[in-house]
Amino acid sequence: MPAHRSLEIGTGLFVLLGFAALGFLTTQLPGGKLGFVDASNGYRVTARFDNVGDLKNGAPVTMAGVKVGRVTSVAFDSTDYKAVVALSIDRQYDRIPDDSWANVETAGLLGAKYVGIDPGGSETYLADKSQIENTQSAMVIEKLVNKLFAAFAGKSGGSAKEESHKP
Amino acid sequence: MNGAFAASLARFGSVALFLLRVLRACGPALARPRLIAHQVYNCGARSLIIIMLCGLFVGMVLGLQGYDLLARFGSESALGVAATLGLLKELGPVVTALLFAGRAGTALTSEIGLMRATDQLTAMQMMAVDPMRRVIAPRFIGGLIAMPLLAAVFNVIGIFGAQLVGVTLLGVDQGTFWSQMQNAVELSDVNEGIVKSLAFGVICSLLAVYEGYNAVPTAEGVGLATTRTVVASSVMTLVIDYMLTAAFLKA
Amino acid sequence: MTRDLVVDVRNVHYGVGSRKIFDGVDITVERGSITAVMGPSGTGKTTLLRLITGQVAPASGTVQVFGDDVAAMRQRALFALRRRMGMLFQNGALLTDLNVFENVAFPVREHTRLPEPLLRRLVLMKLHAVGLRGAALLMPQELSGGMARRVALARAIVMDPEILIYDEPFVGLDPISMGVVCRLIRQLNDALGITSIVVSHDVQEVSSIADRSYLLAGGKVIAAGSSEELRATPEPAVRQFMEGNADGPVPFHYPAGDYRAQLLGSEDLT
Repeated sequence: MPAHRSLEIGTGLFVLLGFAALGFLTTQLPGGKLGFVDASNGYRVTARFDNVGDLKNGAPVTMAGVKVGRVTSVAFDSTDYKAVVALSIDRQYDRIPDDSWANVETAGLLGAKYVGIDPGGSETYLADKSQIENTQSAMVIEKLVNKLFAAFAGKSGGSAKEESHKP
Repeated sequence: MNGAFAASLARFGSVALFLLRVLRACGPALARPRLIAHQVYNCGARSLIIIMLCGLFVGMVLGLQGYDLLARFGSESALGVAATLGLLKELGPVVTALLFAGRAGTALTSEIGLMRATDQLTAMQMMAVDPMRRVIAPRFIGGLIAMPLLAAVFNVIGIFGAQLVGVTLLGVDQGTFWSQMQNAVELSDVNEGIVKSLAFGVICSLLAVYEGYNAVPTAEGVGLATTRTVVASSVMTLVIDYMLTAAFLKA
Repeated sequence: MTRDLVVDVRNVHYGVGSRKIFDGVDITVERGSITAVMGPSGTGKTTLLRLITGQVAPASGTVQVFGDDVAAMRQRALFALRRRMGMLFQNGALLTDLNVFENVAFPVREHTRLPEPLLRRLVLMKLHAVGLRGAALLMPQELSGGMARRVALARAIVMDPEILIYDEPFVGLDPISMGVVCRLIRQLNDALGITSIVVSHDVQEVSSIADRSYLLAGGKVIAAGSSEELRATPEPAVRQFMEGNADGPVPFHYPAGDYRAQLLGSEDLT
């Protein structure tokens, strides 16, 4: 009975496909690692930040606005309370001075965080497994607003009161 | 007006009673997996192509519209989140249910209606075979199984459709698209969609078999029943969608 | 009682809404006989079959099959009873998604766990009995009306029922198919000892095979007996039906208002 057989195969394929889709949705979307991005083709550099904001795995790394690599991991180092960010940088960009600055920046006012690199003046370049020493943390909007308020309050004469709030 | 209200109330009641009869027949029907598999094929595999095609285009439209909207706030990087949540929680289950009603629901209704019109259901009863168990319950269960699977396929294709437009065409960073999404989407969002599509599976399959079973046994009657299946399934899908959404937001 | 009654319908009243269909009907069917129920269209012949098979219950009176009251049965008992009956529907009512072989095998598969080789042999034997063994792999859509009815007949006898019920077995058949079906009914009855009930308005065919006939009209049995007895009845209503006259006790005109008054437009069409 070939008709019977093909029907069974069709049913099986459909159910398999359906469950594969369900599996993809449940395992790959929430907190999944699958990014459909090839990060193996770069060299690895780390940077330590006081605060990375909500920098995510997979976020781009740019220089002068051009993407040169991406973030491959964001971890917390409990010895010095810093965020350790691993970057994968494309091999073609192998002349980045090792005294460059790595900054966590924001795309637009509300956009996602990314890592921007400002080149330094050193003659030696970043290599695989090296570390960027100069880092600048993410701008956290609330802190910025607080600072703004403080400055404003200081100008209008209430700075002592404002300062006393700060531990 | 009063009569119309009473009529629609009676219809609700009769559908609810029919559901009880179907559920009672489901137990024995589960012992015949081959019959159910056949119906999973009829409802699911045969709707697969149309579901995939529509999923692709719905995802692509989400990519375009989402990008346009988010770009106004400078947050295109959230495109992956927006498109995925939109698909998972709303468009996936709802559009799948609407397509299911139009493709599989009508097929079920007209098939059962024709069986009624040509005395096949009565003939089964005369052969001491309960059509509720042999015909209705397997189709109901088949539709119930097929719906969440179809919705899942729809969602996956839709997400890749949104990526196709957002990343390949509009230049959103691929890593951002996925990483933002994977960090924002939670398992509860996925589950919400699955619960919804299960609920739609119940209502769409139930209405399809109900209308077929109770069709006036003429060509015209079956045609009318088919139309009623599409209309009632679509309306009920959207009504239940609102109720479930409200319930999930409260929880 | 000396006669062995299989079906005993006594003083049955039945109506749908305000329309009365049966107004005190008595019909008995003896074991091993062919009993015909004849009557003009719309006299409730099919309804009678639905009463006998327990699809509907009478308003008053009793319907007994094998000595048990059908109307009092619950689904389980009713299904047990129906396994002892076979029924042939007007259009055959074959399951359209199964081929001829699977249609005949359907009741066997549903009710027994017969091993496949045995089932195959059984189905082929029944198909052979109706002369359609060669059509086993055709789909119902590919059959002519007469063939579909013969397949349905094979399906009806596959469980070896004690009673076979035919609902209008001759409608829409060409003369050859009609003769074939006629012969089959007689053969099955004689060879298998089945009790047959044939509902029809094809007087010629039915009276050629029936042992006893009932003539229904106006909700009552207006004549009963062998074909010869019916033909010899002087009763005008019986004669009208047996001879096929257009007008008579069963009027040509549906009840209507005054013809002249209506044509002159003074009376509404009600």
